[in-house]
Amino acid sequence: MNEVRKFKPSNIIVHLLLIVLVVINLFPLYWMLTFSLKTNDEILGHSYVDEATGERIRVEPNRVGLPKHWEWSNYSEAMNTGNMGQYFINSLVVAVLVILITLIASFMATYALTRLVWKGRKFMNKFFMLGLTIPIHAAIVPVYVILSRMKLLNTYAALIFPYAAFALSMGILISIGFMGDIPYDLDEAAFLDGCGVWGIFCRVIFPLMMPAVATVGIYTFLQCWNELLFATIFVSAGKYRTLPVGVQQLFGQYTTRWGPIGAALSIATLPTIIVYIFLSKRIQDSFIAGAVKG
Amino acid sequence: MKKTLTYRLHIFLFLLPALILFIGILIAPIIMSLIYSFCDFSSISGADMKYVGFDNYKTLFSSMLTNPNTGKMFVNDKYMGNALGNALALAVLSVFIQLPLALIIALKLSKGIRGERAYLSIFFMPVLISTVIIGRLWMNIYDPGEGGLLNAALRALGIDKWLFPAISGGIRSSKLPFTGQWTGFRETALIAAFVPILWQYVGYHMLLMYAGIKGVPKDLLEAAQLDGCTEGQVNRHIIIPYIKPILRVSVIFAVTGSLKSFDLVYALMKDTSKAELPSTLMYKLLFLHNSYGLGSAIAVVLIVLCFIFALLISLAFKDRGEKVA
Repeated sequence: MNEVRKFKPSNIIVHLLLIVLVVINLFPLYWMLTFSLKTNDEILGHSYVDEATGERIRVEPNRVGLPKHWEWSNYSEAMNTGNMGQYFINSLVVAVLVILITLIASFMATYALTRLVWKGRKFMNKFFMLGLTIPIHAAIVPVYVILSRMKLLNTYAALIFPYAAFALSMGILISIGFMGDIPYDLDEAAFLDGCGVWGIFCRVIFPLMMPAVATVGIYTFLQCWNELLFATIFVSAGKYRTLPVGVQQLFGQYTTRWGPIGAALSIATLPTIIVYIFLSKRIQDSFIAGAVKG
Repeated sequence: MKKTLTYRLHIFLFLLPALILFIGILIAPIIMSLIYSFCDFSSISGADMKYVGFDNYKTLFSSMLTNPNTGKMFVNDKYMGNALGNALALAVLSVFIQLPLALIIALKLSKGIRGERAYLSIFFMPVLISTVIIGRLWMNIYDPGEGGLLNAALRALGIDKWLFPAISGGIRSSKLPFTGQWTGFRETALIAAFVPILWQYVGYHMLLMYAGIKGVPKDLLEAAQLDGCTEGQVNRHIIIPYIKPILRVSVIFAVTGSLKSFDLVYALMKDTSKAELPSTLMYKLLFLHNSYGLGSAIAVVLIVLCFIFALLISLAFKDRGEKVA
């Protein structure tokens, strides 16, 4: 794709506008990082009495500049008293298990929907695609009632199964595209070598679905990593809170202290950003696959 | 081989995990929500559950209620009309501000601007950040106290001197003067909620549109250029009709996303009633009032609305697509 890039003065204006947008995009994140390393005194301004002269000296607030003194204790406070480390691990455990369950369930279903021969395949496919339009609100009250009767509120399971169920439709949709690209000759060859359907599925199809693992995995990961509504209802209390719930409830403790709040926000944000820097193309492709097929 | 592929037990076993999850957590709960929405109960065990017909829906959709004992009218704090109106306002803002903005940037970027991938990656980044974090970050930006960034910027530029009285004049819901409490008044809270939504999701729609534009066949664009079409003509007559399916997805996401929206308003405001949305109202009814029947009725209304809007938007795009072709 080699387009001839001519020098056009209008391009400079376009670049200027795009750079303004870049600044608007990045500034809130930069600001978050700076106030995560400041004390309230520095952000809000303060005054003190100079011991030598006895004069009252006013220090102007430093809202957007780099911190004068880097207050790393904000981070240890967010990790220790704010429990951000624990919430981070919880989010990770939930996300990994949801991805595993979603991948296995959707690959198996996709195999049945595309490779096995039976009446009603098309209908079943449409049935699963209903899930793309059903809002999670549909499940909240009944699932809450069931979970609380089974004493499963405030456990990992309370989030894992609902998340996997709501990720399933997209998982199947994406998998169908990938599985369709695997030639049927491979199934035949494996069958002649003595494989049954399970053998074909485990030894032929599954290894060839690795690109789908990445796409479905990334999509599912971001869905459950950032989810708040289920998480805040199903694991509101206790040590199983995920990051979004943890961040939300941290504010009850530190309503007026900016530093630890900024530190907690940064701890919750940075890992995703770092992963994105390395996998940006892959992550974008997952979102495109999810939307274009939906 | 055919025999193994049609063996029923295999088919059943392959579908089983997906079916258990799907029916257990999506399909059955929809039916249960529907049943709950015609009942009234406030204990999780369901011991006090009783059938009330359409009462829940009547409660949600009447702004005033009558006290059965005294016969006096009172303002219904469970009224869903405001929340639905706010959600629809967000949907309109998203479709008419966010999507055109995304389309304009996508059109510019996809025409071979130097560094287009870098721009694209930066614009998409906020999509990956949890909406709670963005809500909390914006809460600090809007902070009416000394640390708030927006008010500090307005003060530094001297805009606050005329802007704040002007906003005060427009506020009817309260007699308090406006001094920068962006999330504290009905009149400003919804816009205050829309700005972070715009900030977060413009990159998402832009990415989809960009991918769509990159999929337009090169020979189509070259033919148009040979015929002497201007950039605007190519955009209007070739690219936009070609990416209609993606525009449809974007509009559906923007509208249903606004209807379902919860995270941002919940994280942004201590008191969500200033920009109440169906989901935040549902949360309150469930966990402050333990009104599981009313909460379920909101869920049912949302499910129905999401389906209707998705259908209507699809139909609207189909009609126009045929005219273009």
